[in-house]
Amino acid sequence: MLHTVNKSSFERNSLQSCINIIDDNSVILLIEDGVISCTNNANSEMIAGLAEDGRVYALQGDVDARGISSKVADNIKLVDYAEFVDLVVEHGTPVSWV
Amino acid sequence: MSITKKFMYLNRKSSYGTVYAIESLEVVLIAAAFDQDVSLAFIDDGVFQIVNGQNTDGIGMKNFSKTFHALGDYDINKLYVSKESLDERGLNEDDIMPLVYEDEDDDWAEKPSVKVVSNAELSLIMSEQDVCLSF
Amino acid sequence: MKFSIQINEGPYQHQASDTAYQFAKAAIEKGHEIFRVFFYHDGVNNASNFTVPPQDDRNVVKLWAELKQSDGSDIDKVVCVAAALRRGMLDESEAGKNSIEGHNIHPSFRISGLGQLIEAGIQSDRLVVFGD
Repeated sequence: MLHTVNKSSFERNSLQSCINIIDDNSVILLIEDGVISCTNNANSEMIAGLAEDGRVYALQGDVDARGISSKVADNIKLVDYAEFVDLVVEHGTPVSWV
Repeated sequence: MSITKKFMYLNRKSSYGTVYAIESLEVVLIAAAFDQDVSLAFIDDGVFQIVNGQNTDGIGMKNFSKTFHALGDYDINKLYVSKESLDERGLNEDDIMPLVYEDEDDDWAEKPSVKVVSNAELSLIMSEQDVCLSF
Repeated sequence: MKFSIQINEGPYQHQASDTAYQFAKAAIEKGHEIFRVFFYHDGVNNASNFTVPPQDDRNVVKLWAELKQSDGSDIDKVVCVAAALRRGMLDESEAGKNSIEGHNIHPSFRISGLGQLIEAGIQSDRLVVFGD
């Protein structure tokens, strides 16, 4: 499954809740304010393991908009909207953690 | 031939502070007419939507919690509550509304619609869904 | 594939509608079909015919109004009637039924019931929700 998270881990617990529930085949796409969680920060540990497994994506446009392009943590894969569509096609029903 | 899909309604916010809980319930009630395989998941503050003893007299808003009791009549009887979310919030199964349905495959025996499950179990349930609606 | 989209928030207040639009546009450009876009909760405000955004910013309502399928046909954009009435979004018919002067739904959107959302989930290959 694909899980989208659109809120920063500093604002809301959506990312943690998502991580608590997703299975071993799921991937996470950070969008909107959710991309704040893809930088090296105090909450990085939350997704470090998943990122190392290649299971964390972030929307490039949202990263650029927030001026954090140079601060994206290792192993986070940046995607555009076309690739967002591809992720939905590939992984089936998306779950939105809003 | 009509299509039957597994629909999950993901509830993560409590009632009254925002509109999501009541409007999500309205979708569920309409969905009952479509004969789909429906589950509701209550995670994070969503568990408060079905806490027993809600009284809205003091805030001038409609108490719609009673509407959850009608779900059983519409064959909506898979309400999954995250145990971890309950524990974190100092709640337990006794705090949840006693929602029931009548099992037509078991001589109409009355059974609980609410199942408190671990996040691991919820993960499996979620992975089986065809459509997930978040509010 | 057939995609449907649910939008739970109004224009400008949250990014949901913008992200949904960019997603829909990308899906169309890749040759997918948008079965339906369903506006729920405050998302009904994306259908306002009275929006006047600043000249130097995007016009969210207009963007949705003008988005077309890859073959140029219209996209079915549905505004939930219950959510719309609650928030004072009415088309001519609902205004008449409720004896309210004036109506404000942009003509490229239609008002209908929640059944349209369920049908979208049934008929589409993927349903994506954008919210807060």
